[in-house]
Amino acid sequence: MSPTIGVIVFPGSNCEQDALEAVTSLGAKSKLIWHDSFDLGSADAVIIPGGFAHGDYLRPGAIARFSPAMESVFAFARSGRPVLGICNGFQVLTEAGLLPGALQKNSGLKFLCKPVNLTVRTTNSVLTSQTVKGDGLRIPVNHFEGNYTCTEETLEELQDEDRILLTYEDNPNGSMGDIAGICNAERNVVGLMPHPERACHPLLGSTDGQPLLKSFIESSEL
Amino acid sequence: MQFEATVEVQLKAGIADPQGSTIENATLKLGFNGIENVRVGKSIRFAITADDEVKAKEIIQDLCDKFLTNPVIENATIHLQGVE
Amino acid sequence: MNEPVHRTLGLTDDELEKIIEILGREPNHLELAMYSVMWSEHCSYKSSRVHLKRLPVEGEHVLVGPGENAGVIDVGDDIAIAIRIESHNHPSYIEPYQGAATGVGGIIRDIFTMGARPIAIMDPLRFGPIDDARSRWVAEGVVSGISGYGNSVGVPNIGGETVFDETYIGNPLVNVLCLGILPKDRLVLGQASGVGNLAVLLGSTTGRDGIGGVSVLASAGFGDEDEDTEKRPSVQVGDPFEEKRLIECCLELLDARLVVGIQDLGGAGLSCAASETASRGGVGMDFDVSAVPQREMGMEPFEIMTSESQERMLAIVSPDNLENVLAISKKWEIRSSVVGKVTEGGQLRILDGIDGPVLGEVPASSLHEDAPLYNRPMAPPDDLNARKEDKPEKYLLETNDFSGDLLNLIYSHEWITSQYDSQLFLNTVAGPGSNAAVLRLKHPVTGEDTGRGLAVTTDGNHRWCAVDPRRGSALTVAESMLNLACVGAEPRALVNCLNFGNPENPTVMWQLSEAIDGMSEACREFDLPVVGGNVSLYNESQGTNIDPTPIVGVIGVIDTLDAPPPGHKWSEGDRLIVIGPEPEGLSGSAWAFGKGYRKGILRELDYDLHKKICQVTRELVQKKLVTAVHDVSSGGVGVATAEMAIASGVGCSLARISSHEALFSESSSRVVLAVNPDELTNVEEILNAAEVPKARIGLAHGDRFTIKGLLDLELQSIQNKWENHLPIAFEGGTTQG
Repeated sequence: MSPTIGVIVFPGSNCEQDALEAVTSLGAKSKLIWHDSFDLGSADAVIIPGGFAHGDYLRPGAIARFSPAMESVFAFARSGRPVLGICNGFQVLTEAGLLPGALQKNSGLKFLCKPVNLTVRTTNSVLTSQTVKGDGLRIPVNHFEGNYTCTEETLEELQDEDRILLTYEDNPNGSMGDIAGICNAERNVVGLMPHPERACHPLLGSTDGQPLLKSFIESSEL
Repeated sequence: MQFEATVEVQLKAGIADPQGSTIENATLKLGFNGIENVRVGKSIRFAITADDEVKAKEIIQDLCDKFLTNPVIENATIHLQGVE
Repeated sequence: MNEPVHRTLGLTDDELEKIIEILGREPNHLELAMYSVMWSEHCSYKSSRVHLKRLPVEGEHVLVGPGENAGVIDVGDDIAIAIRIESHNHPSYIEPYQGAATGVGGIIRDIFTMGARPIAIMDPLRFGPIDDARSRWVAEGVVSGISGYGNSVGVPNIGGETVFDETYIGNPLVNVLCLGILPKDRLVLGQASGVGNLAVLLGSTTGRDGIGGVSVLASAGFGDEDEDTEKRPSVQVGDPFEEKRLIECCLELLDARLVVGIQDLGGAGLSCAASETASRGGVGMDFDVSAVPQREMGMEPFEIMTSESQERMLAIVSPDNLENVLAISKKWEIRSSVVGKVTEGGQLRILDGIDGPVLGEVPASSLHEDAPLYNRPMAPPDDLNARKEDKPEKYLLETNDFSGDLLNLIYSHEWITSQYDSQLFLNTVAGPGSNAAVLRLKHPVTGEDTGRGLAVTTDGNHRWCAVDPRRGSALTVAESMLNLACVGAEPRALVNCLNFGNPENPTVMWQLSEAIDGMSEACREFDLPVVGGNVSLYNESQGTNIDPTPIVGVIGVIDTLDAPPPGHKWSEGDRLIVIGPEPEGLSGSAWAFGKGYRKGILRELDYDLHKKICQVTRELVQKKLVTAVHDVSSGGVGVATAEMAIASGVGCSLARISSHEALFSESSSRVVLAVNPDELTNVEEILNAAEVPKARIGLAHGDRFTIKGLLDLELQSIQNKWENHLPIAFEGGTTQG
């Protein structure tokens, strides 16, 4: 049976349909979960999609993390099941404390939408298990606040524990350690700024997002 | 009692502030010399009702820790003024 | 000096007379305010309507033509596309960020008002010279406003164009086009019907923002410093998060068939929405101002009725459905209030409390339809003939710097377009910088990919239109046709945004009339219906009018979209061919204007040949026989081939281009093709059969950009100029004053 991926929708989310389309095209079932519900239903894995939850007012993710659905996501994550935050979803996960660090404004102080080259740093996570370490992936970014920031200790910890999943080849936003994506200590909660769902169809210029989302779908079957 | 509260949110010392450095660079270009350490923050203003000033501060501090700031990168300073 | 009230509101004495005739009495201040905003140039098109009638509006695929909130066309598979273009020029000069942001918000509302989900935005922008610090301030603010609002509200920005030119130094142009998609059977119109039905106001509270914005901001020129300062408070502020929820809420209401009609609140605010819905439905409305949620204390009824506060919609709802409507609004955290009801007759009554005193009463249709029509005096410029004689070619002896002239004309727009989300919804097959934007066509309800595509282009060329508004406008339409052909699309419909100067100036009116004639002629020749448009007049500063700038947006359909269109990227070893007539003249070219030669004469378009060129280009693209394709327009063959070399990272050796004229002429109906040697015979046979002129001009190879006898540049040096031009210019800083 193919797993069901739940995609959380906050007011202001806008990549939820895209996430749905991409995981469905890779064989998973999917459904939208309205933020106001504690019930994640039968989801085997959860995606927090990109967009501007609550308008990104105050800080990206600052209001969204208090939604009822997020409370359920906490428990879901703690039980070891896969949770993926893409872009705004990554910001929500850091605000919620499920992932360390924070996403600041891009060093160029501009919104940035363009394809970037990423390098896979580890295959040991729910997002990268189907990739090859050292491989290059071409995937678009689309954010104003994607500049990954954390304390030196956190950075060391991420490095020592092999928790940096993806780095930028040519850092577009000033992120510490060129970090594009990380995971938690248990390796089931992952967040990244680039949009793998935008690189899953040959007409869209790249299919490099497929191995990432396939990894995620596969991990939710376990 | 009602108070006018102002919470100033600043990036913690040591956290890079691209907006601040951009403004600082621009001041030089515009011919304003001697300006340094520019940091950009935000100011959040609201009215709050509480038993007394201590209590009000306590509530606001909690609000800052939980919501108004991201403690990973930000600090808050609280200013309170009683309203007659 | 005490001006009569109607004049301070921008109404002429004759217009006041007409109002008195309609009402049979003197209007009160509230009524006068409503007439003044509804009869403004911006809302009523009173100077342009007599001319606009000449545009062809009918076509096989047209579902809704001009006059509604957006044009709608049938694109097959039970899918319809809504399309509209608008200007936000004046607000964007005063407050670039908010002016541009609210422009995006406004047009998105026009689209979902039709029941369509907005799927793409394009922004044709015109700014003053890039070396002018204030123009950079305007440009930077406008671009970040479009980015800030558009990205957040979640509608991808897939193209458009930006031009920097001195004609826009005191009056930038900020146009915005929006596309929406809907199942054909969900089409809704902005009209009220059913006596007893309720008018429900959805969205933001109403404040004093934009009071008089329509008549003051959108219709007056700039120049006087003090006046500008006075105008500042009426700038509206956009809230993309509110708009995002409003979109989702309204589309859910429409999906559930809970509303009879729906209308966005744009220029002229509630006056416009109430009178237009009633007038279109042939009914009246009782409107309760006291029920309108207000943002500020002590607002006067006339302020409430003319406020342009953003992110508001007026829905017409049967009383049975009210509860459901309010529940869906609540889910999306959208404020909703019953503010009126549909009545018999055709009177719009403004009341203080639904059973309270009548504050104003006018025939709804008189606001919407009875605005005066002006056939303003027109005259060609006195020196028209002398201008024609003053061709740029005359000055060619003075110049021979081919490399320098070419480098001056090329720069990437990525600094602008990378600030826009161009990919949301996973439709964008060709985005900003392409010949035309290409979107996958997915069914709006099932999400199923139809295997077909949409193509959209916006084009405008003030230089051509300054030289000859009639031919320039026709050539603009022709360029759009060719852009669509380059991505393999068949054109379906056109929208226009006519940006002109002060209509009280007879030369400007002549330009407008000529442009409309040129556009009409081209649209008839190409069988291209005009499904909507916008006219922006009074684009002037300190008495100087902008060059006439008609902008067109053309949408087309691609029948089989199974690979991205060829684009600009050629491959090492490709043979390069130019198809089309021999170039002739430099009038109106980017090269000529760059040198300050702004006059001359444009060659008339050969429609039959142009159609052949479009057809054969489309055929070659559809059959995947060309590696790369680029129409020849701004900057001529020189810029077209340079852009192709830059996109590919592969240089070229060109020959048979032997003069400035050959290199920079913008003569129409020409396309550069890059063809793999294996396909060359095949391609040339098709070109022969199509009976189009063609010339082999060279070979794609190496790391130099070489034109025999004219120039020899390292590709890297062109690339550097291309990439760094805008970033370096903007690093020079901006200034507001």
